[in-house]
Amino acid sequence: MADARVENTGLQVWGGGTLPYSVSHIKLGMWLFIVSDALTFSALLFGYSYVRISTPDWPTPFHFWPTVVFATLMTAVLLSSSLTMVLAVNAAQRGDRKWTIRWILWTAFFGAAFIVLHGLEWMGLINQGMTLTGNPWGTPLFGATFFGITGMHMFHVFTGVIYLLAIAGGVARKRFHSEHVEVCGLYWHFVDLVWMFVFPLVYLLSVDMGA
Amino acid sequence: MSDSAHPAVHPAPTTFIRKWVFSTDHKIIGIQYYFLALIAVFTGLALSVLMRLRLAWPAESWPWLEKIFPVGFEGGVMSPEFYLAMLTMHGTIMVFFVLTTAPQGGFGNYFLPIQIGAHDMAFPVLNMLSFWVTFLSMGVMFAAFFVAGGAPISGWTAYAPLSALGEVAGPGLGSGQDLWIISIALFCVASLLGALNFITTVLNMRTKGMSLMKMPLTVWTWFTTAILALLSFPVLLAAGILLLLDRLGGTSFFIPAGLVVSDTVIENSGGSPILWQHLFWFFGHPEVYIAILPGMGVASQLLSTFARKPIFGYHAMVVAIFAIGMLGFFVWGHHMFVSGLSPFSALVFSILTLAIGVPSAIKTFNWLGTLWGGKIRFTTAMLFAIGFVSLFVSGGITGLFLGQTSVDVQLHDTYFPVAHFHMIMGVAAIFGIFGATYYWFPKMFGRMLHEGLGKLHFWLTFIGVNAIFIPMHLMGIMGQLRRYAESTEFKFMEPLQPYQEFVTIAAFVTAAAQLLFLVNFVWGMFKGRKATENPWEATTLEWITASPPPHDNFGGRELVVNHGAYEYGVPGAPRDYVMQTDPPLESSK
Repeated sequence: MADARVENTGLQVWGGGTLPYSVSHIKLGMWLFIVSDALTFSALLFGYSYVRISTPDWPTPFHFWPTVVFATLMTAVLLSSSLTMVLAVNAAQRGDRKWTIRWILWTAFFGAAFIVLHGLEWMGLINQGMTLTGNPWGTPLFGATFFGITGMHMFHVFTGVIYLLAIAGGVARKRFHSEHVEVCGLYWHFVDLVWMFVFPLVYLLSVDMGA
Repeated sequence: MSDSAHPAVHPAPTTFIRKWVFSTDHKIIGIQYYFLALIAVFTGLALSVLMRLRLAWPAESWPWLEKIFPVGFEGGVMSPEFYLAMLTMHGTIMVFFVLTTAPQGGFGNYFLPIQIGAHDMAFPVLNMLSFWVTFLSMGVMFAAFFVAGGAPISGWTAYAPLSALGEVAGPGLGSGQDLWIISIALFCVASLLGALNFITTVLNMRTKGMSLMKMPLTVWTWFTTAILALLSFPVLLAAGILLLLDRLGGTSFFIPAGLVVSDTVIENSGGSPILWQHLFWFFGHPEVYIAILPGMGVASQLLSTFARKPIFGYHAMVVAIFAIGMLGFFVWGHHMFVSGLSPFSALVFSILTLAIGVPSAIKTFNWLGTLWGGKIRFTTAMLFAIGFVSLFVSGGITGLFLGQTSVDVQLHDTYFPVAHFHMIMGVAAIFGIFGATYYWFPKMFGRMLHEGLGKLHFWLTFIGVNAIFIPMHLMGIMGQLRRYAESTEFKFMEPLQPYQEFVTIAAFVTAAAQLLFLVNFVWGMFKGRKATENPWEATTLEWITASPPPHDNFGGRELVVNHGAYEYGVPGAPRDYVMQTDPPLESSK
């Protein structure tokens, strides 16, 4: 009845066939997962901001050495892993299986290095008396938010490394193609991006500026 | 060609386990979800019957109940703590495992792919995982009944600090509350897997010609609901992780300083119970729409089908669905008007809340416009759809009272909001589920339900729920406080006791009427009249295939959609309805 008019709206242009938006299932699925996971991190960072603002004497105990230097090094390692991931995707799209696997393994190596560095940094802080439930500098929430947020991020890096190794194995056995590598890359870059929020909010804002 | 068009086609399973237990077929998964919700809804109903018993006759002793619940019914009287445990579990089970699960996981899973002409969901294995994680989640939730201390008593909102402190705060707040949080966290994961699937399927797997504006409104509501779930459950997950850290890791995100609970000084300091409310309600309000939106889609579908008229204002309906969904993310503060919110933000939340009245009114008037002048067929499904509109109006209108800060301050924590949310997100959504059941049962099980029994079920339920919840509004205005096992302790609530008895009797009758549904359902599955392909003479794609549909939904056919979803009474058409796959009409060329 109203068919003729309805046909003219812009939403009608797709005529059918395959994948109207030319995005494969797994890529779209990964993007949706990233949106969802980003909201989990947003909620954690919101919670951190909330308790931080409502606590008048929030401690800022970190110093340039060792914390900032260490965290910057970790950031550099993680950013390098993003670069190697890009190279892996590029190699996969060229169909170069050998270099795909090599670059994925480099990415996983940097990810693992990040976890090791992070672990060392945690150990240092724990030795100074900082735990989930208390720290020498003030409100116990300082330690709780620090370990909660960085722990959640580290868990994501950890699962990311396993994901990378699984993809490398799949590529080696010719079960996965370039799209799988690309989708894995989306996840990996997302985990890096989260760190780009964690680094300033949790580290740099907690540096003692001597004021 | 057909392989790339439908990458999710998988061969029909041959073993029993793959076919009925770990199935990747969206139809089987939909039925699994539906039965899970059926178990949940009757459990939740039983809990509410027990609570009503306590409320109506607080002095009465029921020794036989002590035999069943030796802990909660010492001396045959339900203890106030047990009442709170029942209340918590009733709310949690109903909201998560019924209202979130049946319309979306059940009917959405079954009919979304069919209605867009797809052979399955985009990620069949994730779909299977989603169901089994939900199943596990429900198992963990039910386990909370049986651990030491019993089920938690902090309500379905698990308000901190009560929920964060552990056993010291009351029975059920030890391992019971831990299990509650773990169950909800699992549910968040399952819901994410489902939402990914629904969105990807709608965007990527529509058949030829099924453009967005030709999709049935049910698909639009499932799609919008999936977006809401994708964006709201991860926040609940984060909140749950923080709460679990508070309980197991000794942190104090939600525990303020200087708390004294059960004569014990709590050592924690620095946290904020309001933070829990922010995070919870950022999820909690969209959750309300997750429950009700699919019901709106079903009501639209049914009203149009049985009024033999196109849905009034299809485009406006789509816009309204989206507007309601998106506005739902900006109104969580209206649950916190008495929590110490700044009056300025309360005002903003209030205005945004009232703004939801606009798309809701658009939908209501469009439903009435659809009915206007229609050749109405009063099937049971249609009665439930009309009942849905009725309950949506009477439950929604009280939202306008509660959305205003000054009125809410008076009515908060009384029976008024209890009656409001039961009416709209509880009963209206359940009417959507019932309507969908009576409508799609022939397609799902290949047999018809008994119409006479169905109509009796409708009338008893419709009159019953009004008899339960209209008095509760009045009681709320008169000051009846919620969450009290015994209102006779307060002088000012004593005169309301006759209302409590009336509501309880109405609740018993309504609950008993649900047995009619169960009888009809079981009878229909095995003995019902055989259903034809299209018993309702409806237009959408599920009605062009066999009842029940074959494994790949359309028996290898590649569909081409030429028509909108609701073309009834089209001039020049051979019948009074034009199915979506019918060839284009001469007159529209």
